[in-house]
Amino acid sequence: MLGYYLDLAWRSLKRNRVLTALMVLAIALGIGASMTMITVLHVMTADPIPGRSGQLFYPQVDPRPMDSDNTTPDPPDQLTWIDAMNLLHASEGVHKVAMSGGRVTVIPPQGASHAFFVPLRSTTADFFPMFDVPFVDGSGWTARDDEQRSRVAVIARDLADKLYGTPHAVGRMLQLGKYAFRVVGVIDQWNPSPHFYDLGMGNYTNQPEQVYLPLHAGLDLKLSTYNSITCWGGGYFPDDNDMRKATACGWMTLWVELDTPAQVAAYREFLVNYSEQQKALGRFARSPNTRLRDVMAWLDYNHVLPGSVQLQTLLALGFLLVCLVNTVAMLLVKFLRRGGELSVRRAMGASKRAVFAQLLVEASLVGAAGGVAGLLLAALGLWIVRQQPVEYAALAHMDGAMLGATIALAVCATLLAALFPAWRACRIVPARLLKTQ
Amino acid sequence: MHPIISALKHHKTTVVLVALEIALTCAIVTNALFLIGDRVAAIRAPTGVSDNELVWAQTSGLDLGQGGKAGDDTAADMAALQGMPGVESVVTTSGLPLSGDMFSRSVYRRSGDKGSSLDNVVEYMGSPGMLRTLGIKVSEGRDFLPKEHVDYDPFKKGQLPPTVAIITRTLAEELWPGQDPLGKTFWQDSNGKDALQVVGVVDHLLNPQINNAQGIDRSFILPVAMVRGGLYVLRVKPGARGAVKRDLPEVLTRIDPLRMVTEDHIYSDTVSDFYHGDRAMIWVLVVVTSCLLALTALGVVGLSSFWVQQRTRQIGIRRAIGATRRDILRYFQFENLLIVTAGIVIGSLGAVGLNLWLMQRYELAHMPLAWLATGAVVLWLLGQLAVLGPALRAARVPPVVATRSV
Repeated sequence: MLGYYLDLAWRSLKRNRVLTALMVLAIALGIGASMTMITVLHVMTADPIPGRSGQLFYPQVDPRPMDSDNTTPDPPDQLTWIDAMNLLHASEGVHKVAMSGGRVTVIPPQGASHAFFVPLRSTTADFFPMFDVPFVDGSGWTARDDEQRSRVAVIARDLADKLYGTPHAVGRMLQLGKYAFRVVGVIDQWNPSPHFYDLGMGNYTNQPEQVYLPLHAGLDLKLSTYNSITCWGGGYFPDDNDMRKATACGWMTLWVELDTPAQVAAYREFLVNYSEQQKALGRFARSPNTRLRDVMAWLDYNHVLPGSVQLQTLLALGFLLVCLVNTVAMLLVKFLRRGGELSVRRAMGASKRAVFAQLLVEASLVGAAGGVAGLLLAALGLWIVRQQPVEYAALAHMDGAMLGATIALAVCATLLAALFPAWRACRIVPARLLKTQ
Repeated sequence: MHPIISALKHHKTTVVLVALEIALTCAIVTNALFLIGDRVAAIRAPTGVSDNELVWAQTSGLDLGQGGKAGDDTAADMAALQGMPGVESVVTTSGLPLSGDMFSRSVYRRSGDKGSSLDNVVEYMGSPGMLRTLGIKVSEGRDFLPKEHVDYDPFKKGQLPPTVAIITRTLAEELWPGQDPLGKTFWQDSNGKDALQVVGVVDHLLNPQINNAQGIDRSFILPVAMVRGGLYVLRVKPGARGAVKRDLPEVLTRIDPLRMVTEDHIYSDTVSDFYHGDRAMIWVLVVVTSCLLALTALGVVGLSSFWVQQRTRQIGIRRAIGATRRDILRYFQFENLLIVTAGIVIGSLGAVGLNLWLMQRYELAHMPLAWLATGAVVLWLLGQLAVLGPALRAARVPPVVATRSV
């Protein structure tokens, strides 16, 4: 039966090529535009650390004095040095990692005149296991290295290749400014998108960190700061660039791993207790004002998805809607024009149901053709997105799931659009039309 | 009832479909046109400086660690840059409109009154000759005097800030609405210290970045002796900009080889890069709007042709009993006008609703009603254009058709 319907559909579509081409084009344009934007949206809102994002939490406390910055009820995005250290050394939390970003001068073997800057992350030992960082050689440093301020470094594969010509660089010396560090690990290509653990570098940075140092060893370099810093009530930058002395500035980031809901609840309570204790000590002025968000909630709070991407997606979906209304109208015209032919089929014994099925087969053929053409248009659209000088451009690729979704969307949308015209065409009273002929 | 309207009642479904398509298109196109207009206006807003006569650069010491200081050679750098061919003048500033990094702070309308603060006001600093070099026009008051430029860095303790400032019209209006700002005083410190007297007002000066907190052009300029680690801004004859940009890194590294020139740009490129996202958005909107209009037009052509075909016999009869070709043409044109108008009425309501919803979610501006009129005119023209072909075909139907059975 299906073969016969397909045959009928093919003949009918061939009979009026202009109308068929118009329908396919309309569906292809709508599907192409909306799938381009849905794919961009899909990759941009993807979980940067699948499987673990629900267990990683970002604590915030509020050390601001009463009279500064009352425009927002939210605590500052970053922690002061003292709070970061207190929370890092508290017993609550399964794993914890404190960090700060910046940039460092790498002096290659060719000498200082060939020096260059690379993005730096000063952090603690748990960073690598907590964020599932892949290593090509060696591993991260230990908690002992953190305590002893060891001059050890983990570097990115790109930097190892550039400096030593091989990713197997463990044991090599790395000259950072005036000091030499021993390489203990080389990490493979790793750049979670969005750059969730520190959004200060840009939400979708394409220049990830090249050097990772133990927190104190990194800060001991007293490099100029290139991280985002918020100061309140008379916060000044120390003369020697050592931000650890800046008491009224937030610039540290802390992540806590909490594996069970009970641990999360306990940690929330701990943050409130901590704030109360700090207030009793006179460090905090405000009553406890704390936040604890997991990875996805933190990204959401920071609006990492650009408004322009959302707007363009809405526009594309609106466009698809108009394309579908257009398809409804064209299919209606097409089916009603064939009233005579359909009446003959009905008169010869085809049930309403059979005619309905036949018309839907015809519509899904149009939908499939539109889907394939739409896929090509979406591929073109994504290529155009990749040519844009925006930081998320490189992400705009279609995966297998989106490929299938495109075809499915096209066929489903067309079938939906065909329901009403097919139903109308089935209601034709055969006798009347046959008589006028 | 008018015959056109009673005829429409015979094919309700298709009429409703066309009207619906017109309504959706109208709602989307009106909002898209408004967004396009909004972005174009943003791109065309004057920066407040001489876009085509500036080159800027920023350098950084190698930052070898242990708090090594960068930028101590600023005076030598400026002398070397000044000596380059084609360079008219050089200043150091803390930023340029649309150049990126910026510094903002709270200021106070009344001495020692914490409640009188205005938050997130952008602070520009510049060395002597900044206004002249950048081409900033003082619309009221005067430029800074040489003696007003003092040694000052807001991040350092124990330095007295300048006592005078030049402010933008926008800041003046927010500090003292409707009053003459010249000679008035505002404070940088909540305890009534660091008073600034307004000596001049500029109409246009965009912020280094444009965002919701700091706004577009709410700033003040402080006269300082030199901005360490700031931007070198060079006033250059338009034709010499390429050569100056090319030679600039070498001139600077000759003064101090242990450093990097981190930024070097022709300023007009900086402005153009800043608006890249807006231009991309305009293109997307233009392409989608055109596709949408083309699609709607094709839909109208398709349905009108269907109606003409359906009514060939009736047209023949009308022609046979005396209707002219012009009458038939007018009939289809008027019918289209009626349907499109119905679509526009519904679509305009939808457009306003969509705009209100977008305003809530994306902090867009209120759509002026003029855009509704623009959208309506576009769709009326489109409808008439689309129906012209089928209507002319209808007008060519000969009266003899009436006498044939099919």
